Amino acid sequence: MSKEKTSEELKVEMLSQMGTKADELEIKEEELTEKQKAKKAARYEREKKRELKFAAKSEKRMASGHGGKSSLNTKRMRHGYLFILPWLIGFVLFYVKSLVQTVQFSLSDLSVQPTGGYKLKFVGFDNFLYAFRVDPQFKQVLTSSIGNMLIDVPLIIFFSLFMALLLNKKFKGRTLVRAIFFLPVILNADAITSAMEMSRAMMTGGISSSAAETANAASGIGVDYYMKLLSDLALPNKVLEYLAGAVERISDIITASGVQIIIFIAALQSIPSSMYEVAKIEGATGYETFWKVTFPMVTPHIITNVVYTVVDSFTDSKVVDLAYKTAFDQMNYGLSAAFSLISMIITILILLLVVKIIQKRTFYYN
Amino acid sequence: MAKEVVKEKEKKSPMKRWKEYKSSAHYNNDMKGLASGSKNFIVNLFKFATIIGICYVILAPVLGIIASSFFSNADQYNPMVYMIPQNPTFERYTLAAKRMYYFKTCGLTLLYSLTLMVIQVVICSMVGYGFARFNFPGKKFLFACVIIMIVVPTDSIMLPLYMSFKNFDIFGIIKGINGHAINMMSTTTPMYILTFFACGLRSGLYIYIFNQFFRGLPKEIEEAAFVDGAGVWYTYFRIMLINALPSVVTVAVFSMVWQYNDTFYSSLFLMKSDVIVSKQLATLQANIANFDKIMDPSIQQLYVSAGIVLIMLPVVLIYVFLQKYFIEGVERSGIVG
Repeated sequence: MSKEKTSEELKVEMLSQMGTKADELEIKEEELTEKQKAKKAARYEREKKRELKFAAKSEKRMASGHGGKSSLNTKRMRHGYLFILPWLIGFVLFYVKSLVQTVQFSLSDLSVQPTGGYKLKFVGFDNFLYAFRVDPQFKQVLTSSIGNMLIDVPLIIFFSLFMALLLNKKFKGRTLVRAIFFLPVILNADAITSAMEMSRAMMTGGISSSAAETANAASGIGVDYYMKLLSDLALPNKVLEYLAGAVERISDIITASGVQIIIFIAALQSIPSSMYEVAKIEGATGYETFWKVTFPMVTPHIITNVVYTVVDSFTDSKVVDLAYKTAFDQMNYGLSAAFSLISMIITILILLLVVKIIQKRTFYYN
Repeated sequence: MAKEVVKEKEKKSPMKRWKEYKSSAHYNNDMKGLASGSKNFIVNLFKFATIIGICYVILAPVLGIIASSFFSNADQYNPMVYMIPQNPTFERYTLAAKRMYYFKTCGLTLLYSLTLMVIQVVICSMVGYGFARFNFPGKKFLFACVIIMIVVPTDSIMLPLYMSFKNFDIFGIIKGINGHAINMMSTTTPMYILTFFACGLRSGLYIYIFNQFFRGLPKEIEEAAFVDGAGVWYTYFRIMLINALPSVVTVAVFSMVWQYNDTFYSSLFLMKSDVIVSKQLATLQANIANFDKIMDPSIQQLYVSAGIVLIMLPVVLIYVFLQKYFIEGVERSGIVG
């Protein structure tokens, strides 16, 4: 009995407590809700509106049936423009404007005003004529850098294809070798290369001088000896010069072909292995497999590589240095613009020519 | 009788046995195996000789610089010391780091190239995605413009770029408010603006890479997302960008490293040397001559090589850590069209 009593008592207590709590809550709600209620109502209304809108939309979509597709397309079109918008703005604002201005500068005599602005005086093709007729350096630098490029580009392409073939097969330490081959791209800093060149020029004493001496001695004897050997073979002089040039720039070529090697490796790995199986079944030798399967499948990437190499070699060339110096050391902006424009046009012409020639011989799998 | 036969067999001279072996099929097989084995060996030898030689050509200058950065004065003057210093010192590094304000400058440079990298990845992937997945009028022409951006060297437009950032103005609005255009020279703002509008360092190439990669992804992913009610932007940020991780890594490493190494833009916009670490290197030799009165150019050179090592260090570390993903990324991502 006592237990029941106690339990009843407890129940009563609980109920009373509940009641008081509920009262408290009610009071609180009354106090607070005037603001909150408004908020809640607003939120509820908004949600309802959204639902209604959505329903209307879906109804529309349902009603229009196939016609809804076109609206989706226009929507996607708008999104497409939105996605490329930043680039489009930048391209028009900086690129196109700058290209137009370069042409404008090259056709005029530019003088910087003390107020910070500049004044243009139209002079026609004087800057171009000056570049070709009077300027002591430009013609020489231009022809030498084009010549260098003509020597370098085929060598880089052949070398990187060769190396890609070597590195494509599995062997121990392949990842390490690949990492080393890509190192020049990573360390391709003007500051570092110029400091290295400076250090080479200032080599005195210690390691550097002895290394330089031995290097000089070795290369001197070697190249002369082989040149003599080749000239005894009665090879034409042009070929000899080319070979000598190639030997001289071997380290340049190696350091310039990091990206190209990677591109070729990727190309080699994208060749379906079934092709090689077929070649094997048909009894093709390694040599035949290379020329009939591997090489044709790689040709499309040769274009990519040629474009990359030509552009890269022109950005590193001395014409750019010259243009920079004429602009910022001699303050001859018009002439500098003319230099840039000429080199740009020549680059694009060379690219078009090369791409057309290669494209004729390119084999497209798809 | 039997004994005689045995004797005859034993009597067979080695010459005769050799002749028998030579005329049998075994001989041909064995010879072929031997020939192909030796051929393989020679080819492999040639291959490894080539690879090792070329690796040497690439690594030699780097190794030389690293070695000489540890030389003490005595080592430098001693003609017998080659590559391995007798009394290695760490003093070159401490002084070079002090004179280059290395840690502060390098941190700022890393911050600068890191932020640019993030912008570059987001913007270029967006543009690449836009070109890869949406159809809109003039798309082919606009993509040709991207190719033009890759092909035309930035150098040919450097002058107008310089001018437009020296007197930065948007259709005369800023001039109307401030009374004069903003001079952005010797700050990093021009680079941020250019990168934000996808005209930064090699942005065209990155757009091309992303475009090729997104075109290679299956369309079903997006269709599934669309059916599940994902919006275009949600699909792009939460689904496509994550699927494009290999090309994201590629572009990230490329843009980070090239931005860190870049001297073209930093000298065009006359950026200050306390933000760009490679600019400190150019003045390092003069600084050491002036402040520390070390007049021997061959000793100064040791400090310069220590400086080169210091500058290369962060980039090489990034590369070493990301090397595996990076090369895989380049191979799998869109550089190959």
